[in-house]
Order: sequence, then C-alpha cells, then structure tokens
Amino acid sequence: MSILIDESSRVIVQGFTGEKATFHAREMLAYGTNIVGGVTPGKGGQRHLDRPVFDTVKEAVKATDADVSLAFIPPPFAADGLMEAADAGLRLVCIITDGIPAQDMMTVKRYLLRYPRERRTTLVGPNCAGIISPGKAMLGIMPGHIYRRGNVGVVSRSGTLGYEAAAQLVALGLGITTSVGIGGDPINGSSFRDHMERFEKDPETAAVIMIGEIGGPQESEAAAWAREHMSKPVIGYVAGLTAPKGRRMGHAGAIISAAGDSATEKSELLRSFGLHVAPSAAELGATVAKVLASNGR
Amino acid sequence: MNIHEYQAKALLADFGVPVPKGGVAYGADHAVYVAAQLGGEHWAVKAQIHAGGRGKAGGVRLCRSHQEIAEAAGALLGKPLVTAQTGPSGQVVHRLYIEKALPFVRELYLGLVLDRKIERIRVVASAAGGMEIEEIAAQKPGSLLQIQVEPAVGLQRFQARELAFGLGLNQRQVEQTVIAIMGCYRALRDLDATMVEVNPLVVTQDDRVIALDAKMSFDDNALFRRPQIAEMRDPAEEDPREFEAAGLGLNFVSLAGDIGCIINGAGLAMATMDMIKYAGGEPANFLDVGGGASPERVASAFNLVLADRGVKAILVNIFAGINRCDWVAQGVVQAARGLRVPLVVRLAGTNVDEGRRILRDSGLPIITADTLADAAAKAVAAARSVA
Repeated sequence: MSILIDESSRVIVQGFTGEKATFHAREMLAYGTNIVGGVTPGKGGQRHLDRPVFDTVKEAVKATDADVSLAFIPPPFAADGLMEAADAGLRLVCIITDGIPAQDMMTVKRYLLRYPRERRTTLVGPNCAGIISPGKAMLGIMPGHIYRRGNVGVVSRSGTLGYEAAAQLVALGLGITTSVGIGGDPINGSSFRDHMERFEKDPETAAVIMIGEIGGPQESEAAAWAREHMSKPVIGYVAGLTAPKGRRMGHAGAIISAAGDSATEKSELLRSFGLHVAPSAAELGATVAKVLASNGR
Repeated sequence: MNIHEYQAKALLADFGVPVPKGGVAYGADHAVYVAAQLGGEHWAVKAQIHAGGRGKAGGVRLCRSHQEIAEAAGALLGKPLVTAQTGPSGQVVHRLYIEKALPFVRELYLGLVLDRKIERIRVVASAAGGMEIEEIAAQKPGSLLQIQVEPAVGLQRFQARELAFGLGLNQRQVEQTVIAIMGCYRALRDLDATMVEVNPLVVTQDDRVIALDAKMSFDDNALFRRPQIAEMRDPAEEDPREFEAAGLGLNFVSLAGDIGCIINGAGLAMATMDMIKYAGGEPANFLDVGGGASPERVASAFNLVLADRGVKAILVNIFAGINRCDWVAQGVVQAARGLRVPLVVRLAGTNVDEGRRILRDSGLPIITADTLADAAAKAVAAARSVA
C-alpha cells in the first residue's frame, strides 16, 4: 500500500501545455504515472503528449474520470485553478507553484470547507516537490530514480531535504511507501498531521519520518497528535539551527517570528512528545534504521 | 517586505484611519521647513528606520522650537540608531518624519496579523498601549482582546465594536475606534499586508482616536500585484548583498561565519548550514540557488558569496532533481577558476557520475565529497587550513 497516490490514480495536469508542466509530465509518464489528460483554458480540443487537453477541469474529469490533479499554475492564477479543481470534485490536488500570495491560500483553504468532508479535496503544497509512491506513481518534480519501495513514510516541507532523506534510506537498504512534500509556504493545503494520519492507517508503512524546518506550529501539532494516536514510530528532524530570528530562509514560511518557531525549540518539543529526533540531517536514514531495528522491523 | 512609519501612515490614511499631520524630511533645514509648514508649537521628530523600539532608543524627540528641531535632526540623521530590534551595530537614519505633537489621554494597542496557525486574519487590541506586544502578552495578558476574521465575509463592524467596547471607551471614542480598526483591516486585505500594527493608538482629550505610530509588513509573494508597495522598498534598510541577490532572483541571507554556502533548496540549505555548525564551523550565509542552477546562476552565487571578504572556504551542495549534476558541475568549474579560497563540492541525484567526472577532469583543486556529513567536515577543515 501507499498513501494518496498509486498505480490506479488517474492524473490530469493543470497548466498542462506550459514549458515546466510539459517537462515534468514527460518525466512522470516515463515513471509510469497514469496521466489521462490536462487542462489549459483556451487550448481545449488539442492534444499534448498524446493526451487530450481540456478548457476546464470539469470537462477533463467528465471525459477522463480523473481523480487527481498536479497543478503547475502561475502564482496570479493559482488560487482560481485550485478552487476550480476542488469544485470539479477531484480527490487530490497537488500544487508545485512557488510564490502564491498568502491571502490567496487563505481564501482557497476557506473555499475547500464548503464541501462536505466525504467529497472535500485534499490539497498538497504549494511550493513543494510533490508526492511519490515509489514504483507506483510520481506526482511532482522529484528525481524518481533515487526512490525505492519500502516501508518508511516520508513527509517533508523541503523538497531537496526529502530527496536527501530518500537517498540516505535507500543507501541503507530501506525504502519508502510514499513521500509527501507539504511545501515551504506559511499556509499550505495539508499539514504534517494530515499525512501522519494517513500513514498510521497504511498497513505497509512501518515508520514515518517528518522533516520540518523553522517557522510555524505544524511540527509541534503533529508531534502532539502522534503521541496520542500513532502506534508507529515517528522520526523527526527540524532544519534551521543556524537561522537568525526574523529572517526568511528561502521558503516564505521559514521564519522565526514567534515563540516555539526555532529549530532548537521545535526539536525539544518533538522529543518531549516522544518522537525520535535525528541529531543531524546526515543521520535521517540512520535514525530511521535504528528505530526500525529496535522495533524488530 | 517592510516599509517606514510615514509610508504606513500615508497608506492607512487612504483607508480612513486618522493619523497626525506630518511630513518626511531628509536634512535639518528640511525638517525645520516641514515643521513651519505644519504650524503649531510642539513637534515630534521621528527617525525612520524599519526596526521597532525607536522611542526607547532616543529615535523620537519632542521639540518646542525650530532650533530644537534642527538640533534633533542633526543628532539623528546619518548616524546609526541602536534599538532592541536592530542588533548591536544599529541602523543608519536617512529620513526623519516630522509630526505635530499630539496631546493624548490614553494609549491603546491595535494589531492585525495574517496568522499562519489559524489561517485567518487575527485582530488584537489592548488597553495597555505603548508597550511592545510581547511585553503586553507577558505582563498584562488579561488586557489582550482578540477576534478572528472569517475569510469568506471579512471583518464585520460588530467585531470591531466588541473590541472597542472591550477597551473601555465611551460611545464617541468607540465610533472612532471602529473606523480605525475597519480602515486597518481594509488596508491589510487590499494591499496584501501580513501585519498592521498601530502602537499606540491614542485617545485625545476631545475623544478623537488617532494612529500615533504605524508599522506594516507585506507579503513578498503578492508584490507582483501591488506595485505601489513594491516601489516603497528602501535599499538603505537592507543588506546590500541581499538586495543584489533579490534582483538576481536568488534567496540570500548574510550571516557572521566564514564558510560560504551555495545550495539548492531552502531546506537542504538550512540543513547543510546546521551540519557545518555541527562539524564545528560557522556558515557565512544562506543561499538557495533554486531548482534550475544554470551556469549563470552558479556564477552569480559565487560572486555574492565571495563579496564577503571574511569567507575562508566555499561549500557547494547540490541535490539535483529538476537540474542535472553535469550541468551544475560545468557552472561550478567555470566559476571556480582563479578562486581565492578552497572549494568543497558535493553533488547528488540526477547524472551524478557525469557531474563528478567533470569536476575531476577540470584540473582545478576542487575538494569533492559524497555525503552531507563528509561535505560539512571537509568545508570546516578547509576553512581552518586557511586561518
């Protein structure tokens, strides 16, 4: 098993005909992802990468029975495209775009709440590398070849640090059920906790690694939830020990502005909630291996 | 992005928030001229820097004559002002804001923030104005009144009214305070601000409610649709290299250490800096070259890092996803010719073997590393060998 995506996922790409979307859609197809079409308003009726292009998400869903979207929509139009995808009833939308205004994300999050829980879209991102269930499907911009199937769930704010964790796990002979990038923005579609709940329910996942960074309450919230509800071990790491207060470190959301935002404070909180905290980014894989070994997995 | 007090007040005034009469001045004569234009007998001369805590640091002077204004302006302009928020070297004052002094009877606190935890706009008010919000929260937490704004409909007048009555104001003062709160909210919403702080919001003898100070921060991601805000950027308030980096589309933060960092991805960059610290060194900067690390971007990154004369070694750490290691390696080899400091390069990901071959065949004294830990240890050792 895996979470969010697998070989049965039927994927459309929003912003399909753009340069970046085309490049990554090719990579995803080569990986074996079932891309069934795409959406670019005004280009409906054309074919792109041997797949149909539609003007609207609703048309695409009706014609292809898609349940998942990967969105490459420029920041000014991203919120609009996400609400369109939610309204079309897609189960999952992952958005890669970096640079979406925070108030737009606030509006999108509020908009999602108008649908009843059972048909509410799960949003992953923005400003993320995407989602991969190794050997099954890739929905994003990551280098698919570095991943191997296994029993570790990965959830990370940073894209490249997620790659780093995957490479370390694979080097130790371990593998991944699903790796989810939740993105580096202050307001994101789904949180560490949201995906931890999914990993807890996934029978194949034996342990979860949560890769956080400075800024925001999501690592601590997830750790508090995990203490009460997780039967599986959670390994945590928080990047940004050397980050000065009040400075934005690349990601829009990576800024120490409130109590509990720093890497030191978060690591201590994670530990206090019973998580295994990797001592450094070089020991992400080794810490998981140690925890799995001590749990007899 | 942050702006100056006088800019924030002008913006808020456009949304109906009452502010004192004032004008910006760039010199002592200019300051006296502005004061004469304003009229009156008492003025406040306020240093315009982006950091808070100006009052306590002597950055706000009350003056009773044109002579005193000239003296205050002379004492402030061109000199660094050290406040609790500037760091030890302070921030040089280039602009002053001259206001007609305004007698008041009460100081209130009003703050609006786009709160990432609740994913809504939060409005905070307190009767204990004039203190920093952190102090209010620590010393008078009971005085804090808060409301959340429902994004679908925006702030409602009844919510502003509840806050105003909660502050213990009379009917006329409540009406004025509601105008100020609603104006601040509309400014935050319509200008894509992430924070509006009016501290203090003062009540005068004749029941007027006026923003005596104002601070605004804006969402960098929204500046594309707020050109009037983007134009307010003041390069004098920023580290020159960070300003240059922003122009090149690179994320750069200058730090105090001696190991220059060039990394792709913000998370990996922070983690690599942490590894340097873990290995006993100190990073000189944060620099995310982004996904498509073209030779031009890599060259710009080297120039930025080397502009810090204190840098004793450079660590390049690229985990290639979208980009390819061979492509990055070519850029590194071009940029590394004639380099004055040792260079450690760690490549991983797409086309890593080809990338490593290019580095090896370049004939340059590049120290290569296979893992994150190896890279950090080698960078620290290289920096020590120079020192």
